[in-house]
Amino acid sequence: MTVWFTIFFLAPLLIIVLYSFLRKGLYGGVSMGEFTLEAYRALGNPSFIIITIRTFVTAVIATFITILIALPCGYFMARSRNQTFLLLLIIIPFWTNFLIRVFAWMNILGNNGFLNEMLIRIGLIDDYIHFLYNQSTVVLVLVYMYLPYAILPLFSTIDKFDFSLLEAARDLGATKAQSMIRVLLPSIRSGLYTAVLFTFIPIFGAYAVPLLVGGKDSYMLGNVIADQLTKARNWPLASAISMVLTVITTAGVLIMINLQRKDASRTSEQKSKGAEN
Amino acid sequence: MKLNIKGIITNLKPGFARGEAARHARRAYQRKPFSFSQTVFIAALIFLFLPLLVLILYSFNASKGMRWTGFSLVWYEQLFLHSRDLWRAFWNSILIAVSSAGTATVFGTLGAVGVNWYRFKLRNYVQTISFLPMILPEIIIGVSLSLFFAGIKMKLGLLTIFIAHTTFNLPFVFLMVMARLDEFDFSIIEAAHDLGANERQTFLKVTVPICMPGIVSGFLTAVTISLEDFVITYFVAGPGSTTLPLYIYSAIRFGVSPVINALSVVMILGTVALTYLLRNFLKYIAAK
Repeated sequence: MTVWFTIFFLAPLLIIVLYSFLRKGLYGGVSMGEFTLEAYRALGNPSFIIITIRTFVTAVIATFITILIALPCGYFMARSRNQTFLLLLIIIPFWTNFLIRVFAWMNILGNNGFLNEMLIRIGLIDDYIHFLYNQSTVVLVLVYMYLPYAILPLFSTIDKFDFSLLEAARDLGATKAQSMIRVLLPSIRSGLYTAVLFTFIPIFGAYAVPLLVGGKDSYMLGNVIADQLTKARNWPLASAISMVLTVITTAGVLIMINLQRKDASRTSEQKSKGAEN
Repeated sequence: MKLNIKGIITNLKPGFARGEAARHARRAYQRKPFSFSQTVFIAALIFLFLPLLVLILYSFNASKGMRWTGFSLVWYEQLFLHSRDLWRAFWNSILIAVSSAGTATVFGTLGAVGVNWYRFKLRNYVQTISFLPMILPEIIIGVSLSLFFAGIKMKLGLLTIFIAHTTFNLPFVFLMVMARLDEFDFSIIEAAHDLGANERQTFLKVTVPICMPGIVSGFLTAVTISLEDFVITYFVAGPGSTTLPLYIYSAIRFGVSPVINALSVVMILGTVALTYLLRNFLKYIAAK
């Protein structure tokens, strides 16, 4: 396994690192042995910076909305008596093929799609509205895609939570909202981090969704990489952008792991303090 | 005495009593079905299922567009009788899913057993890199493999897809078997050795059966992930090696055909059936 991994996973990753420092070949590809920072210099290009910022903002917004929806869902599922059935309900759309789910949204939002047909039929609008191919549709479909990724870890963490603590908070005079924010949220933080990670990373590297339901002005980093690789055949640039993507996601992961670790040490400190008292 | 009377009066104050009762009533109400979380959950379910329902509805539409022109099974007929390319892609997907999941299961299990039992120098290295593919965006893996295959001048095709899928399936099997091994009672192994079993016998007759739930769920997860993958496959597929997701992608990209609606419905039903079977199967294994 180690051998397989080293050959087919690590080596390819190292190739990206290597290629990003090479000069673009005359007919595409790379020209070996010519080291340069050209590809990285190209990253300073304003249009590229705009796309990076857009990707980041899109990912943050989509992750935020996803978590906002997923939290009450996970809470409800954890408190429900039909947990297995509810889990099944969440898992079915989750296991339906990714592209088919994107396709379903294209069916709904297209110019001759379900939504337009319905709106015209009930006489709300006269002409088609262009729902597809813009930034908000990309966010909507991304939220749709990754909602189960957020619900599942949140559910499993909330499920372990001791709900009598909430009642204790209420008895001590906290309002429902207060008890949720100050008692429930801090104790499910690790699940929250996992959920954020599970949604942020794939959304940040999204490729198919912006390609299918986004327009030219909602392209994300993933699309730029693919274009540079297949159309422009500028391998060094594609590699350099991949490096940016990797660095940002790895940074995200490290921050989250750090937060989790801090949390863990804080809880154990509190516990030992409690024991001393 | 005075105080006491005051207390009684306060307690009897109608307003106070009403407030207290109202608070109790509100609390009771909040515990009733339609709480905030339930509302959000139901809304989320509608959000999750609406697109699928629309697909199902329009797969029975007689005409091509989204205007309802009557019930018809014409797209199902198209799907099952006149879509040879689609079915070729389907069998490619199955072939790759089963073979790559199988390979990943063998390597992943061996790797997990190795990491769990033997203390060796590369142990940390193995554990770290096995997490990496799960935290890297798919596109990075796809691009790096694509450049790698181009670098070693390997022709893109089913074989490269197989290699790519095995690579991203490995960590899942590895982690699932590891989870199983963590709750493993080592004395069983020692007992097997004491009773005269050699290393290979112990592995096949003791370790593997005990890890079976982990191995099976690892394999099934790998199959589903492999069937699902589009992004990585897109970068490592060559001409003539279309998988089902790639086929769907090109169908979506170049002229949407309602055959895809019908296919989606078949796949959704397949998913539901599989999910259900898998659940029962895992329960059965767990019970054993």
